[in-house]
Amino acid sequence: MKCEDLLKALGDYVDGGLEPGICEAFESHLAGCQPCQVVVDNVRRTIALFRDGKPYEMPDAFRDRLHAAVRAKWKERMGPA
Amino acid sequence: MTPPGVDEDAALVRQAKAGDYAAFEALMAKYERRMYGLTVGILQQREDAEDAVQRTFLSVVEHLKGFREEAAFRTWLTRIATNHALEILRKRRGLPTVPFEESPSADDEAGPPFPEFVAGWRENPERLATRAETAALMDKALAELDEKHRAVFLLRDVQGFSVAETSSALGITEGNVKVRLLRARLKLRERLTRDFGDPATRVDLGHPHGP
Ligand SMILES: [Zn+2]
Repeated sequence: MKCEDLLKALGDYVDGGLEPGICEAFESHLAGCQPCQVVVDNVRRTIALFRDGKPYEMPDAFRDRLHAAVRAKWKERMGPA
Repeated sequence: MTPPGVDEDAALVRQAKAGDYAAFEALMAKYERRMYGLTVGILQQREDAEDAVQRTFLSVVEHLKGFREEAAFRTWLTRIATNHALEILRKRRGLPTVPFEESPSADDEAGPPFPEFVAGWRENPERLATRAETAALMDKALAELDEKHRAVFLLRDVQGFSVAETSSALGITEGNVKVRLLRARLKLRERLTRDFGDPATRVDLGHPHGP
């Protein structure tokens, strides 16, 4: 396996979905290639940063408008709320 | 495997279909913030995201009786929200509304983008998350992604959808989800490593066109 092959399998590797045979080749390349180790670490950190990041907070004023609009639609479509 | 909360959702959907508004409000309370976060992510703009979320729940009420429950409620809801957000995005750019799948994908076939700036990050994600400038840099990186890559990344890595759910929510194949996800992850890696990487630790990756 070369660096560019590792790159193609990188997504499945970080998701834990690589087939055992390919996973072995992946890990053996990784053990001997420091730049690929850095790329894998960068990708894991990138995902973690977004996954654990603060979600955009929904304003309360919008929540009130949303529920009023949906309630009106519900009455029209489904009968009394 | 059934994702957590899906059976509970199915019960609420049945009650709502029978006319129980409280059950529908419970579904909204559970998902409205998530749909807001997703559409802000896709649209990179809060007023448009409010518009997308409102249209989404109005569409859901409109089509609730016809929802055949072949997909989980959250998958169906997310598909509607994503479609509304993408529609707003295209309208904003003055582009005709085209289905998600038919966006040009020549770059998807070209293979994953090759990492150019490869260096260890100066800090771990937990530490970075506490810094005031981090959120703006993340938004900037996200905004630079093509919308079809951004939507896949937001569903899979931020909302925590499986590949199968993402595929169903976006109406694209699982293979396409994986290709677009990898491209999104590598482009975000490139951008953020330029921001958070330590240039002193920079290394070169064996280039595909090299010896
Ligand atoms: Zn390598």
